[in-house]
Amino acid sequence: METYAFVLLAVLAIATALGMILNKNTVNSALLLVLNLVSIAGVYLLLQAQFLALIQILVYAGAIMVLFLFVIMLLNVDEEESLFDKFRIKYLVAFLLGVVIFGQILYSLGGVTDMLPEVSSEMVQIGTVEAIAEVFYTDYLFAFEMTAILLTAAVVGALLIAQYKVKDSGETE
Amino acid sequence: MHDIIAFLPGVIIAVVGLIALLMEAYKKSADQIYGLTIAGILAALGVAIAALFGDSGTAFTGMIVYGGVASFGAVVILLGSLFSVVVSRDYLMEIDLHRGDVYSMILLSIVGMLALASANDLISFFLGLETMSICLYVIAGLIKDKKTGAEAALKYFLLGAFATGFLLYGIALIYGATGHTNLTEIAAVAEPTLMFMGGSALLLVGIFFKIGAVPFHMWTPDVYQGTPTTLTAFMATAAKSATFVAFVLIMSRMLPESDTDIWTNVIQVVAILTMVVGNLIALAQDNVKRMLAYSSIAHAGYLLVGLAAGTPEGFTGVLYYLFAYTVMNVGAFSVIAYYERNKGLDFTEIESYAGLGFKFPLMGVLLSIFLFSLVGIPPFVGFVGKYYVFAAAINAGLIPLAIIGVLASAASAYYYLRVMVYLFFKDSHKEYSLKPASLLFSSAVVLMAALTLYYGIEPVLPFSGLIELISSYYSL
Repeated sequence: METYAFVLLAVLAIATALGMILNKNTVNSALLLVLNLVSIAGVYLLLQAQFLALIQILVYAGAIMVLFLFVIMLLNVDEEESLFDKFRIKYLVAFLLGVVIFGQILYSLGGVTDMLPEVSSEMVQIGTVEAIAEVFYTDYLFAFEMTAILLTAAVVGALLIAQYKVKDSGETE
Repeated sequence: MHDIIAFLPGVIIAVVGLIALLMEAYKKSADQIYGLTIAGILAALGVAIAALFGDSGTAFTGMIVYGGVASFGAVVILLGSLFSVVVSRDYLMEIDLHRGDVYSMILLSIVGMLALASANDLISFFLGLETMSICLYVIAGLIKDKKTGAEAALKYFLLGAFATGFLLYGIALIYGATGHTNLTEIAAVAEPTLMFMGGSALLLVGIFFKIGAVPFHMWTPDVYQGTPTTLTAFMATAAKSATFVAFVLIMSRMLPESDTDIWTNVIQVVAILTMVVGNLIALAQDNVKRMLAYSSIAHAGYLLVGLAAGTPEGFTGVLYYLFAYTVMNVGAFSVIAYYERNKGLDFTEIESYAGLGFKFPLMGVLLSIFLFSLVGIPPFVGFVGKYYVFAAAINAGLIPLAIIGVLASAASAYYYLRVMVYLFFKDSHKEYSLKPASLLFSSAVVLMAALTLYYGIEPVLPFSGLIELISSYYSL
């Protein structure tokens, strides 16, 4: 069951990633990216990384994608309308059906060639918040602190790029 | 040794960088932040120099190394940063960028470089590289009222993000093949499987991009041209040194003894391409800043020659060359920034240099020293650096590579000396009077020229020691 779900999610992730790149409509691309991120979250869940899966959905599929969509819609409103004009339920059904059938084919192929991943019993413990926190503040403390510097630099840098001109009084022009 | 002491230069710079940010928020004057920046870099430099002679090992549960190569890398990075920041004040004032936030960006990027140059784990390598790069993207886009600035920032950011994608995928594949991110642990279990080799290839693509090696060099000239000149020097020396030190660490620590061949074969090809293409295109440049950009591509090629040797001698040569390159390149960019300051930012065409050498002989002579050193003419440090790198290649049996390197280096004499011909032997069409250079600026440039000369003759002095010091790190 697990391997079947993995193949299904993997096919979905690859299909939506390709769709995202090949689609000419930016809004559709963004929505396909959401689907891609959700299927990756599913893969994480299969690897017993519950916390990572949750964060993936909350941060990427949730917050960041909303931001993406806002930007796209602010930049070109016309594109947004065409999404709903073109949307057909049969395309969606056809797409999902195709994914399921392709997943089944790959699953049976993988069963024959013995290439499917196995989930070991140790992996069950690694995905919890406690386990992550423990390595975060011990083994990977340096990485954690560097990430803090990286994010600070990114925020300050974004402001520095975005501000147009600062006068001596501190007002923006 | 306590972990924080092991990464003390980085910690000092990080704290100073954050304080600089806060001072900017409280509207302290730019000069105060500038002073603090220099003091912080000096303090970190002192600590790093002291660590050169101390013991070495790993810290933060194996995430970074300290002492030895990492300390030498830190010294080179901090030296390049120090000189670039000191000479920046007058130039940045001219273009309204003498501001606290600019200096705090520089400091945060130095933190990334120091982490990069001491990385013992692919995770700290990646984080250091990204911290450095993100700050550099911003620095490239500082000049906003000209198109070149926006072009530089956008090009650098988009291509850089693309290269980062390659790098990350490479790291993921190496992790998938070995189950480790720690360099020494990878070396213990690595086998040349398809997945490991694929990961290595992608990792190399990412690194080649960051050091501007051909065929991943396309961004270099535009970015170097669009960036404020003194900060171009920072980008071309400190950032490149950090990436090269990380490259040396990865090559000497991550690859199992038997597998270095596959990497060195790739590096040889890239080194040849980089030297030939960099020098050939530099020949055709009429803009001095662009010429130096292409010449920095060529210098990356010479450095790759040392890496292609893949021996401790080659790594020693690379580290020495980084020091030489940093001193002479920051010097050359500083003098160009000085000339530029007098005549607006478009003053980088070689035509406009006609007769300038006699207007302010000190600067003309200093620029000539740096250019001679960049060509690799004795008795300047550039010659010594090239000698060590090419000698290592010859001893490793890469004689064709060394020959191509020497020929390419000889061709480079044309475009460096051409600047000098304009400076001293052409008559100027217009009458300029150059502004006087500030004492701080002049003394920094003179100090760089002195280092260029001193380390050029150091190998023949009885008390020479720099190259012995570096090679001692590999004899352990």
